[in-house]
Amino acid sequence: MATFDVIVIGGGPAGYVCAIRASQLGLATAVVEKEKLGGVCVNIGCIPTKALLHSAYAVNLINHEAKALGIEVSGVKADYGVAMKRSRQVSEQNAKGVEFLMKKHKITVLKGAGVLQAGKRVKVGGDVHDARKAVVIATGSRVKGIPQIGLGINKSTVISSDEALFLEKAPGSIAIVGAGAVGSEFADIFNAFGSKVTLIEALPRILPIEDAEASDVMAKSFRKRGIVVMAGAKVQKATVGATAVTLDLEVAGKPEQVIADMVLMAAGRAVNTEEMGFKEAGVQLTDRGFVKVNLATMETTAPGIFCIGDVAGPPMLAHKGQREGVFVAEVIAGHKPRAIKYDNVPSVTYCHPEVASIGLTEEQCKEKKFDYQIGKFPFSANGRARASSETEGFVKIIRDKKYGEILGAHIVASHASEIIHELVVARENEYTVEEVDLAIHAHPTLSEAVAEACLDSMGRVMHL
Amino acid sequence: MATKIVMEALSPTMEEGRLVEWKKQEGDAVAAGDVIAEVETDKAVMELVARAGGILLKQLVPAGTTVPVSSPVGWIGAAGESVDGGGSAASSATARKAAVATGPEASSAASVPVAAIQSREPEGRIKASPLARRIAADKGVDLGAVSGSGPEGRIIKRDLEGVSVQPRLAAGGRPTTGRAGGEPAFSDVPLTQIRKSIAKRLVQSIGPVPTFYLTSEVDMERVAEAREALNAAAADQGKISFNDIVLKSVATALIQHPACNAWWQDDHIRYWSEVHIGMAVAVNDGLITPVIRNAETKSLRDISAETRDLAKRARERKLRPEEYTGSTFSVSNLGMFDIEHFTAIINPPEAGILAVGSIAKVPAVVNDALGIRRRMRLTMSCDHRVIDGATGAQFLKTLKLLLENPLALVW
Repeated sequence: MATFDVIVIGGGPAGYVCAIRASQLGLATAVVEKEKLGGVCVNIGCIPTKALLHSAYAVNLINHEAKALGIEVSGVKADYGVAMKRSRQVSEQNAKGVEFLMKKHKITVLKGAGVLQAGKRVKVGGDVHDARKAVVIATGSRVKGIPQIGLGINKSTVISSDEALFLEKAPGSIAIVGAGAVGSEFADIFNAFGSKVTLIEALPRILPIEDAEASDVMAKSFRKRGIVVMAGAKVQKATVGATAVTLDLEVAGKPEQVIADMVLMAAGRAVNTEEMGFKEAGVQLTDRGFVKVNLATMETTAPGIFCIGDVAGPPMLAHKGQREGVFVAEVIAGHKPRAIKYDNVPSVTYCHPEVASIGLTEEQCKEKKFDYQIGKFPFSANGRARASSETEGFVKIIRDKKYGEILGAHIVASHASEIIHELVVARENEYTVEEVDLAIHAHPTLSEAVAEACLDSMGRVMHL
Repeated sequence: MATKIVMEALSPTMEEGRLVEWKKQEGDAVAAGDVIAEVETDKAVMELVARAGGILLKQLVPAGTTVPVSSPVGWIGAAGESVDGGGSAASSATARKAAVATGPEASSAASVPVAAIQSREPEGRIKASPLARRIAADKGVDLGAVSGSGPEGRIIKRDLEGVSVQPRLAAGGRPTTGRAGGEPAFSDVPLTQIRKSIAKRLVQSIGPVPTFYLTSEVDMERVAEAREALNAAAADQGKISFNDIVLKSVATALIQHPACNAWWQDDHIRYWSEVHIGMAVAVNDGLITPVIRNAETKSLRDISAETRDLAKRARERKLRPEEYTGSTFSVSNLGMFDIEHFTAIINPPEAGILAVGSIAKVPAVVNDALGIRRRMRLTMSCDHRVIDGATGAQFLKTLKLLLENPLALVW
């Protein structure tokens, strides 16, 4: 039994960042974590998939580009098991890094599952700890299957990313249900490691939250690599066998069948709100199952109990949770942090090429009847992209006609995840397309395409 | 030994600063050069940096307090070191005096950091996002009149949303008659630092209400004709006076220029969307200003009847208090005494008063020919803290236009 100023339940990106900020502000802080520090992100999410994607990139480079680059390669063997082990090492390093950060910031790590008690108290194992100022719920989310259609996760033939990240070898064939970021990234990975991949999306296009043009470029790129992309495809029935799964689908009104060694469920996540003592503590949920919070403070319906990250509502992104972690720590310390701009949270998918975006899609601008102008620049016209043989993709800027505001920006490029931040900063500070163009862009870089797309939105594109 | 943190002169004209936010809390470690607080000066929001390292031992003033330059705001020292915690009014007053007495020294001591900060924030620069600048330029909004809500008081898009309906900026718009139910009769606009700075300097220069005067001569031929026609048409209903027409015109012009229909409220300006005209009436031993309420919604006939009634009861000393308080603008007419031109004294918190002279036949050039015209001189006294020269002139121009084209009153 101990007393802290702040107890954070959950050591994922939202929770551990919240703890660091709270500690920086002089608050005695504890983090409760039942598994590994770093949460899904570090251990079974963002970080290990990026490691596997890097392996996939190298496989594709060697198989498809090496010869043209002047490298003679023979006997190439792509071993998913080895790549997996490397990804585990990367995760371990990151988890250790979080542990080190907790020590450095003098944050107490309480091992076990945290359960809210009446008042600002948290039970961990047999001990009950007191929080003088606040308890922060940051328990995150997990993959959920779709048991209704026979696709409950059985961890052998119907798996989630949790299992996919630990496979010793790539499956002969795999059907991936859900073509958002997770589904698309695994399609990229398993395709590179030789699996026959079918990517199935119920909505009319893959990467459904991205701009339609980004979806189109990705679908084309995937198909070129031999991935079967089925958008607008609804799973009607799943027959799960011991070594294979048969999916009966309806695609554009026609029945289709997919048989695969394995199904990866990449659709939907469930938030972790069970067995947390929410009811007793007075923490209410929304009708969609998230914790109900007052966005001005991130406080729940129970005074002194705050909530951040996936469990507090979408978008379920590590960087959104981290920002909320900083915000809530400052609120608890009595500061008045600036409101989080939820319309300026970048979205990134790390397949090859990468897809990154900020703000509105063109469809959304149309729906809102905004008067906009599109500026677009293809990487096929960018010197650096040509030099690297990475000419797939484009930068698309949606500019408000009247004031030049950047309503949305969409990038498909080999390093879209890195390039997007120029536009995040621009939007954060209300720079218009003109200021982005005025900033001198180094040559030759992929980022030049951003400036060119800005110019194009004003009808002044140079290198096209 | 602990080091005192004082409010520094962050701009050459700064005499006091509002400590907007403490960036370091008591007990926080502070290195020399760290930003310890944000300070709003007469020009911008700037950073107060630590001159010594250690622990922030004490915050002497809470965030939001306005503190004279050189007054202590906190202490930095070693952990556990005891310091004078009484940053009381007395000690800051002393500090202020000391600063005045040792003027050159004090300013030279502060000059190094000042220069450093100002190079980043040049004199007179208004912090605004590029997008906000564009929107302001498009809407014709003066950014100096807008309070910023972005980082360090930066003006961002949100601050300009709906700003065109802000009274100060609506001048020149179409006249409106009455308000939709539920809308407040006024809007309070916090003083921007530039407004504060203007107010302070003017008061120092000229007295508590820094007044300036604008005079315009109005051709009253058409008003005279209209009045004759109206009075002939409804002789039994009491005659409409020139003053009634002036009042009606003032009400109409004020709706078009809400920037002149305002109250100075020390820390903010209250812009009224209703017009309540105070009408100076001479009584036996002095003067009283009965109020024609919502003059903007009333017909000439109603204004005339009400004026007559109010003036009569004013002379009889029968006005109820609510009948001679709450005016948003005043009119004083000495035309009946053959006074051609005079200046009237502002009735605070109002920002303006109109002095109406006599209507006299004078030689005037009309259509390039010399003729005899009935002309009247209007002189407006303006509280410069609220109304700038151009603002008052625009109002007067509209008023002149209305009186010279009285048909416009029925638009």
